[in-house]
This record gives sequence, structure tokens and C-alpha cells, in this order.
Amino acid sequence: MSTAIKPAATGAPELRPDLNQIGHWIARGSRVLDLGCGDGALLSWLATHKDVRGYGVEIDVDGVVACISRGVNVIQSNLEVGLAQFEDDSFDYVVLSLTIQAMHNIEGILTEMARVGRTGIVTFPNFGYWENRWQILQGRMPVSETIPYEWYNTPNIHFCTVSDFDRLLIKLGMKNTGRVVLANGRRVEFMPNLLGNLALVRFERDSRS
Amino acid sequence: MPDRHSVGIVAPQTAVFDAPIQLASGAILPRFELVYETYGTLNADASNAILICHALSGHHHVAGRHQPDDKAAGWWDNMIGPGKPIDTDRFFVIGVNNLGGCHGSTGPASIDPGTGKPYGSRFPVLLVADWVQTQAMLADRLGIRQFAAIIGGSLGGMQALRWSITHPERVRHALVIASAPKLTAQNIAFNDVARQAIITDPDFHGGDFYQFDTVPRRGLRLARMLGHITYLSDDGMGEKFGRMLRSGEYKFGYDVEFEIESYLRYQGDKFSDYFDANTYLLMTKALDYFDPARHYGDDLAEAMRQAQARFLVVSFTTDWRFAPERSREIVKALLDAKKDVSYAEIESAHGHDAFLMEDAPYHALMRGYLARVADEVNPLPQEARA
Repeated sequence: MSTAIKPAATGAPELRPDLNQIGHWIARGSRVLDLGCGDGALLSWLATHKDVRGYGVEIDVDGVVACISRGVNVIQSNLEVGLAQFEDDSFDYVVLSLTIQAMHNIEGILTEMARVGRTGIVTFPNFGYWENRWQILQGRMPVSETIPYEWYNTPNIHFCTVSDFDRLLIKLGMKNTGRVVLANGRRVEFMPNLLGNLALVRFERDSRS
Repeated sequence: MPDRHSVGIVAPQTAVFDAPIQLASGAILPRFELVYETYGTLNADASNAILICHALSGHHHVAGRHQPDDKAAGWWDNMIGPGKPIDTDRFFVIGVNNLGGCHGSTGPASIDPGTGKPYGSRFPVLLVADWVQTQAMLADRLGIRQFAAIIGGSLGGMQALRWSITHPERVRHALVIASAPKLTAQNIAFNDVARQAIITDPDFHGGDFYQFDTVPRRGLRLARMLGHITYLSDDGMGEKFGRMLRSGEYKFGYDVEFEIESYLRYQGDKFSDYFDANTYLLMTKALDYFDPARHYGDDLAEAMRQAQARFLVVSFTTDWRFAPERSREIVKALLDAKKDVSYAEIESAHGHDAFLMEDAPYHALMRGYLARVADEVNPLPQEARA
């Protein structure tokens, strides 16, 4: 299991709390594929602090330009079509951070992640967070820090809870090898599916399946 | 008022190579000249040089103007200049007319020292590798061991790829734009129709038209018209010309009626005024032959494994002559070879021509990438950064 979040190394640019946690999970000198890498902040941090080599995948051209401008390798591509350009087992880690909830083919991308990488890391907003449940009890679709959209303009189409995600991993023959749940950037140990709004899950192909 | 983002008035130079060279085909050229232009200043350790490789109809005049009243600037002037993406305040940029060209470098219209007559049909067929070899000789002459970047679009991108494989230690970055690792059958087919148009023109005289004081103008014109159709996208052409009629009504004849006909004929005429038919044949043949994987068991990744450069590969969504799929083949090979590579697929309506156009995301991408290259080889003084 992972350790609690440590502050980033001195002088490091501030990373989003979920990216910070991912940074701690990734071993020095490994090869990383970051799916939906945005402006390349994670890969840039990993290159500087963990000697990591890798690539980002990003669909948005502004993200691609931002990555390139900070010297991060990036491939402009749509994750929905899969990861055919990457060979089996070509990465130590494949990261999908706060992207899965907006994707159509979730089983497809998780399977692809497990194919091209040894370890997958997914982060997603936990729909089971008590504030979300409370808003639904009040008769409204939740709007919160990790789900900042109204129902009519949200890009998010596939919400799940921490428990739901675990069940999907089992269905896909994968093994959860670590989980951290955060609430407002802090780690939640007690009743994470209720008290955490952001989940990070590490998984591998289950060798028994 | 002078444009402070222009390289201004520039003058071509000529490098003369008096020793014979052997070409990839085995043929020997007794001597040759290359015409080139440079912009910006080579730094003390000669590490800030960028080579611009031209495409089929390009040449050494890449930026700036030869005369103040020149109507058009160099062919990539929107990309190259002080403060532009290829920033001549930081880089020393070289444009060269390739061997076999018709803008001053030794080519089919040059005098064969053996006969005292133009080479014509006796000018050897060239490969992309020959251009790389002769460009490398020019680099040696200019004291450049390693290029900060080699940049090319289309056929120029093939030269950048070839450089990275043949001279890995001489290329820090290769920017391969709107290009392909080899042509498809369809692409070769287009080239052959263009060649047939030239070769079957009665004024071609088997390539020795110089002696007859004529040029195969009709053939060149058709070749260029066909080429132009393939450089534009259906949508782009539709947007620009649609079904617009020059006179507003049908004339029931075969003269120019639709605007697109007028445009293509104009482009064809203009081209046939200045371009050499034999050069056109050479360039298209070099395109057809290009296939760096061929010597590596048809495994492009194995070919790219030779490279030491970092790569930026760029394609344009509506380019069907050098489609994004072809660029993705290059990217896949580089990923398989575990090379540093970035890839962008730029939204554009302009088809293959998009690589020459000004477009905000495309230029932002080039600017962002090359600013990092400049930081590596030619860092700004601290005070200039602030």
C-alpha cells in the first residue's frame, strides 16, 4: 500500500494533489504513459524529480502545445480509439487521471492500459461522496469541487463510486494493488467511499485470471 | 517601414564542389554547385544551425526578399524571421536548393563539363539520400558538425528523416511535417501521371529540349494542375471556388468557365514559366523511391532505431496526399524504437498546402518546440530572460 502524501520536493512546482499521489506511486527511472495528460504537468514533474521517461497522450491542441513547450513528449490522439500505437508491455505505468468519467469505452481503455503497461493508475471523482449523495437526496444532480458541471453542460457521462470501480476491475480480470481516497486534497482512511471525493486506484492484470 | 519580423533583404550564395561524387544510384557527377541562403548568425560553437529542406517545387529562397520591391517573400517567410517560430535572432537558418534543382544548383539544365551541353536526359536520377549527402557536404563547408534542427515539409520531411538515420550524430531535432515514411501506390500513381504528361509532350525531346530552344510547357502545366488538385482538400477547394462561374452563366463550350478551372490554369501557366521539366521528373522520382525501411527488412522501427534525434511529427487533418495516417506510421516506428517523439495533428481545411500556411495552433506548436531547442543550444543571456 502507498504511504501518505508527502510534500513535494523543495522548489518543485505545485502539483495537483492527485498528481502528487501518482508521483509517489511511480518508481524512479520508469517508463510512463500519461493518458489525457493535459498540459504535461505530471510528466514534467516526473522527468525532473524521478528521472522518468515517457509520453503523454492528449486530444486537445492547446494541451499538446503546452506539453511541447515544456519539453514533454506528447502524442495527439483520441483515447476512444485505443492505444494501438503502443506495443504490449512497453510501459511500467499507464496513468489515466480524471478522464475516465468523460469516456465512452471505459472497459476498452482499462483493458488497453493493462495491455501496454505493467501497472495502471486511474483517478476519478467519487460519486459516492457524501456531498453528492446529499445533493441527490435534496433532489438535485450534484455539483461540487470534483464534479464542477451542471447536468446540462457536463462532459462527464460515466460516474462511479469507489466500490463500483473495484467491481469493474474484478470483472475485467484485474487486481487492485493500491487505493488512495482524498477529500479536498487530504487522505481519507475512514469510510472513504462516503467521505472522499477523489479516488486513485492502482491495478495490474491478475495473473490468476 | 521595415517589417521587424522579416529577415529583410537577402542574397543567395553558391558553394562549389569540384571533386566528383558518387550518387546512390552508382552514377558519378564530376562536380556540382549548391545555391543557398542563410539568415541569422552562427554562434561560436556552431550549434545553432537549422537546415530547411524544401519540397518538390521549393528552393533555397526560404525567407526575406532579394529586392525591396519583390512581390513575394521566400516560400516559408511566415515561419522564419526575427521573433517568428524559426527565430533568426536565435538560430542560424540555412535554405538550400537541392542538387538537381532548377534555381541555381547543379541540375539537368546545367552544362555537363564532359560535353559542353546541358545535361538534359543524361542527368542522373537522384535519391533523397543524395540530397542528404550533398547537404552534409555544405554543412561541412560551413563548419556545422551538428544541426540544432533539420526541418522539412512533405518531401522535405523525408530529407529530415533520412538525415536522422544516415547521420544520427549530426541531428539534434528532426521536424517532419506533412510527410510520409514512403509513398503509397496511389501517391506514386499521381506522380506517374504527372511524369507522363511531361514525357509525352512533343516538346520534351526525351529530356533534351534545351537544344531545341523549347520547353515542354503543356506537360509541365498539366503536371502542376494535377499536383495542385492533390495539395488542396475537397472542402478547401469548395470553400474557395465552389461552383463559381467567371461570367455568371454557362457558355456551353470548353473555355474557362468555372473559377477552379481558371485558378488551376493560372497556377499551371505560372509554374511552366519557371520550373524545369527534368527537375520535376527527378523530384517526383526521388519521392517514389524514398523508403528508408527497405534496408532494414521493411521494418521502419528498425530504421528509426539508428536515429539519435528527438522528433516532432506534424500532420494536417484534411491532407490526403500525405495523410495523417502516414505521419502516424512514422510516430509508431519512433515509439517502437523508444525515441523521443511528439506528434500533432493540426485541424486545417487547406489539405497538403496547410504546412505552408499561417495557422495559430500550428505556429504556436512550432514556436513552443523550437524555443526549447534554442534554449538547449543558444541560451538567452540572463537579463534577456527577465
